[in-house]
Amino acid sequence: MNTGRKTLPQTLTYLILGLWALTTIYPFIWVLLNSFRKKGLIISDSFSLPLGDAFTWDNYITAWERSDFKNAYLNSFIISGTVTVAVVILAGLAAYGLVRYRFPGRGVLYSLIMAGMMFPVFSTIIPVFRMEAVMGIAGTGNRWLSLLAVILPQIAGNLCFAIVILMGFIQSVPIELEESAYLDGCNVFGIYFHIIIPAAKSSFATVAIFAFLWSYNDLFTQSFFLRYPQERAITGLLNEISSQAGVNYGLMAASVVLVVIPVLVVYVCLQKHIIKGLTAGAVKG
Amino acid sequence: MSSMIYKKKSPLILFLVPAFLFLMVYLYYPFFQNIINTFMKIGGLGRAAEGLNAPWYENYQRMLADPYMRTALKNTLLLTFCTIVFQVGIALILALLVDTIRVGAQFFRTVYFFPIVISATALGLMFNLIFLYKGGMVNQVLLSLGKLPTEVKPSGKVLVEWLDWKDQAHFLFTMFMPVMWQYVGFYFVILITGLNNISQDLYEAAALDGADGWKRTRYVTLPMLRNVLCTCLVLAITGALKVFDLPWVMFGAGMPENQGWLTGTYMYDQTFNKMNVDYGSTIAVLIVVLGVVLSNVANRVFRPSEDI
Repeated sequence: MNTGRKTLPQTLTYLILGLWALTTIYPFIWVLLNSFRKKGLIISDSFSLPLGDAFTWDNYITAWERSDFKNAYLNSFIISGTVTVAVVILAGLAAYGLVRYRFPGRGVLYSLIMAGMMFPVFSTIIPVFRMEAVMGIAGTGNRWLSLLAVILPQIAGNLCFAIVILMGFIQSVPIELEESAYLDGCNVFGIYFHIIIPAAKSSFATVAIFAFLWSYNDLFTQSFFLRYPQERAITGLLNEISSQAGVNYGLMAASVVLVVIPVLVVYVCLQKHIIKGLTAGAVKG
Repeated sequence: MSSMIYKKKSPLILFLVPAFLFLMVYLYYPFFQNIINTFMKIGGLGRAAEGLNAPWYENYQRMLADPYMRTALKNTLLLTFCTIVFQVGIALILALLVDTIRVGAQFFRTVYFFPIVISATALGLMFNLIFLYKGGMVNQVLLSLGKLPTEVKPSGKVLVEWLDWKDQAHFLFTMFMPVMWQYVGFYFVILITGLNNISQDLYEAAALDGADGWKRTRYVTLPMLRNVLCTCLVLAITGALKVFDLPWVMFGAGMPENQGWLTGTYMYDQTFNKMNVDYGSTIAVLIVVLGVVLSNVANRVFRPSEDI
């Protein structure tokens, strides 16, 4: 970056980079603009600003009234919130144990986690469904049980990734901190809560954000377990809207915006953690 | 790590048991049960197996003869190939370019990464609007550029021959483009991290030897990046095999005319809609095997020897 020789002139470089940036931003702006456009105008004139006569809130009103967004948001936040908390707790403890203790079978456990990252959800979902049906969680029609039925496999699906990331960060916590706390009379659990968690705070944040986003964005697992209208979470609702909206394109655009907004807020506030954490995990994995 | 704190092993149980119990029950057990299921006869989702298939390898036999399975496999392999070439390729070009600029690197990083955090379901819906048959974004652009044949009726009404982006001739592009577009930023960020890890000394040494511009990229940057590129490759392969949401929202069950299956969507359809649960398990096993084989091949071919 500092050595001044360039392959391309700067203007051309910025032009190319800017073009790709346009492809990632413009589609969202286009959808946002069209979500405020009057019915019928989208297919004839979708590029102008929806001002004056063309402007309307109707698409949002229809989306909110026709589909149960409130309920779907609630379901999504219950699912993703629980998954996030459980993943952070379970993965944090396991990562700490794996990093700091030396014991027979440690290598085997580590390999199991690396292998677990490779299992696609396709390959576990059918037995999980059967298992949960036997336990009486899945397919009961009870909303809370169905949510639990999604939560449990999603926790497992996020755990391996979370453990790998957290191990990387806990490794870099200087052990002297722990030793001095130990001499002050702290036991290992005290050390974990008072030394490790504060020191690796940002990586815990990364893991939490990712668990939340993956869970919130997942369609596959949800469509197996959430089959009744009152159980539907955000992505399931969106999938349903896409098959039912027909030619009401304004409704589709408004629904996309409603689903993307919470994620956009999370991303803008926390993007440093998100990008850093993901690459750390990917490069190590 | 011979610290005296961790000599006593009993707390370890509390650290490890919860997570691994969870993984056992919800990941490892189902994974192996799924392999067993491929040999069983299962009447419906959530039902117990009714015994062995006759012959026990029936599902594998069926998979070999299934023309839709062949389509799904062909499409998925093509997608994997395109992912490697375009996704990682574009990401590499963008990363090399961003590495040369002084201002705005952080901005591009944020913007390029953004699509990854959006649910593929929302993106699917968005691209449905963009590639809409009558008056979608792309078709409107084509119309205004005069690329679509139009016919003016005597009544003054203009008839446009819209381009169907989901027909047999175009569906592969329409299906693959969003999938590839979404994850370019992911590989971009990984590659940028890799580029930042290359020591400045190497560049200075190369400059002393008279290497600059393209030569510098060819003989210093790319070789140093090889390990990271290999990681990207493996991630791209396993990622391409897992694709489900976007094509499912955009194309549903194998549109157009059963030409548009991917292994993921076909597995879902067989399991969930057609209730061929044991056959669905077999497709899932194939997805795992493909992932392991392809990423091993990529590793063999591209992973540099340890001494670099």
